[in-house]
Amino acid sequence: MSVKLTKEMLSALPDNRGHFGVFGGRFVSETLMDSLMTLEREYLRLKEDPDFQAAFDKDLAHYVGRPSPLYFAERLTRETGGAQIWLKREDLNHTGAHKVNNTIGQALLAAFLGKKRIIAETGAGQHGVATATVCARLGLECHVFMGAEDVQRQALNVYRMKLLGAQVHAVESGTRTLKDAMNDAMRDWVSNVDDTFYIIGTVAGPHPYPLLVRDFQAVIGRETRQQSLDQAGKLPDALVACVGGGSNAIGMFYPFLTDESVELYGVEAGGLGIESGQHAAPLCAGRPGVLHGNRTYLMEDENGQIAGTHSVSAGLDYPGVGPEHSWLKDVGRANYVSVTDEEALDGFRTLTRVEGIMPALESSHAVAYALKLAAGMDKDQMVVINVSGRGDKDIHTIAQLDGIEI
Amino acid sequence: MSRIEQVLQTLKGQGRKALIPYITAGDPHPDRTVELMHTLVSAGADIIELGVPFSDPMADGPVIAQACERALSHGTSLRQVIAMVKEFRKTDNETPVVLMGYLNPMEAMGYEAFADAAADAGVDGILTVDLPPEEAEDVAPLFSARNLDPIFLLAPTTTDDRISAISEHSSGYVYYVSFKGVTGAAKINVEEVAEKVGHIHALTALPVGVGFGIRDAETAAAVGRVSDGVIVGSVLVDTIARNQADTDQLKRALTDLLHPMREALDSLAS
Ligand SMILES: Cc1ncc(COP(=O)(O)O)c(C=O)c1O
Repeated sequence: MSVKLTKEMLSALPDNRGHFGVFGGRFVSETLMDSLMTLEREYLRLKEDPDFQAAFDKDLAHYVGRPSPLYFAERLTRETGGAQIWLKREDLNHTGAHKVNNTIGQALLAAFLGKKRIIAETGAGQHGVATATVCARLGLECHVFMGAEDVQRQALNVYRMKLLGAQVHAVESGTRTLKDAMNDAMRDWVSNVDDTFYIIGTVAGPHPYPLLVRDFQAVIGRETRQQSLDQAGKLPDALVACVGGGSNAIGMFYPFLTDESVELYGVEAGGLGIESGQHAAPLCAGRPGVLHGNRTYLMEDENGQIAGTHSVSAGLDYPGVGPEHSWLKDVGRANYVSVTDEEALDGFRTLTRVEGIMPALESSHAVAYALKLAAGMDKDQMVVINVSGRGDKDIHTIAQLDGIEI
Repeated sequence: MSRIEQVLQTLKGQGRKALIPYITAGDPHPDRTVELMHTLVSAGADIIELGVPFSDPMADGPVIAQACERALSHGTSLRQVIAMVKEFRKTDNETPVVLMGYLNPMEAMGYEAFADAAADAGVDGILTVDLPPEEAEDVAPLFSARNLDPIFLLAPTTTDDRISAISEHSSGYVYYVSFKGVTGAAKINVEEVAEKVGHIHALTALPVGVGFGIRDAETAAAVGRVSDGVIVGSVLVDTIARNQADTDQLKRALTDLLHPMREALDSLAS
């Protein structure tokens, strides 16, 4: 059941303190407040600056390779036997995922602010690679914080970052995954706040990050909307995207929020199953709380301690989610669902075998859910899956699950 | 007048500076926290900042982050920390206690329930690292209504406008974070601190406590000279970590650390 959102409602979000309803905001220690307020002021100015937007668009076209195709998966559609399945090919972007849209934008911001040192957190390593890439291109010093467990399961991306000249810091604290990487990135930022720009990789963090990351990723949805009209002659009936922190999903959803006929599905990591407690699905099974600078749905225990998460995919292994998703859930505009590790792996195999497209394990969650969804829809309906990244980085994980040494 | 205001006013009348030690509740074990609080008082503490452990202490360096992990490994919860204060109050009705921590455990407990329980137990102030006054508009009045002083942070990066606004939302004292960094980093620059604190004093009548980077009698005296009190954290927590096996030895070590600071601060008087 969805509510009707209007352009006016959306333009008032977030409010001037970064709130999406009760979610979002700016919950950080005082040392960072000045930097966040400067960033907000500069971003709101540059957002309206044609030169800044032109520089962003130019990089997206010539460096990232946009627009990414909207591809009709004909064979997959036939095999699934329901709605038409289309794929938004963010996996074809330079560096192999949607993450680069955001790092291009934030690196431009850093340049405008005169910051020479860049830090980032990463889970799967895609955001780390995308950050290291723009830093290499702009000659910026780059430090990437990555949970020690993720350093192991995403070894390929760790090496890519090193080749690109970034320093990768393995984070040994807490659960040794994405949330702990974000803690250490925040600690570094507070310690080097004068010369350092923190490129956050998803629509989480304190205001203005959820706003600006969403704006940079919204190119996905804008293109998809136009391509749907051009190639299919209509808007899609449903959009499906995986949700870790939520940047590829919000990028896809945002330009469609006022299109009432378009159903939105955000797919969280169900891990070993929601009932098992071993998952990373705060929207499906968590409750509102405050972490990493914003109020949002979280996985936590009854005492407010952040819970450990589990997902086969490092990029979804996060106990929080962007605050705008929390708002979209509560107003009923988007549906948040989950699929298990096993279902995601099936999604990976299906797309690989049937279309010759190897999706990232994160994106495979969207694939898996979309296949179930499409099967129950009419043949004249249309589902778009955001293939947020390519699966090369996950080959080791898959091989390991298959018991193969490579 | 709150207990914090009273203590700080008395000290001021005597020309003395407040010694404010911080320890993490539940570290090394929940059973020992109350005893350690009494030790801090015997060693010269005027006010105690009692840390509420959190799973993701983003503003803390490794020393306090590991103290949180030790406390949480014994299941230390916010409710338990409040109970520790209640226990402490059975024999100490004078020393103010400030709970210092992160917002989410309070949010999970419910702000009203938390404020009620804290006030009932004899807590005096609440310092929430990740709660700037902008986000505290609903919460801070719940505290004030129960005579719990909301204590906010000021930082080297805080602009004059914000210093004034934050001070208006604060009572008891304001906490000046002496450098840009996490707890436990050793980079305090006393001249810079003196300049900024002088500036803060010009903008607010509230007492100014300075924390981060105070690790011995020398830094305590240097910072005490320009402020109303010093907050000592990581060096105490580190001492707890290194002496956790033997409670008597731990108490001696804490006393040996605090006592010279007390003397150095008091030597500034008159
Ligand atoms: C390919 C890919 N998709 C999705 C995600 C999840 O992030 P978000 O939810 O912000 O899109 C990641 C994160 O690493 C990723 O690498």
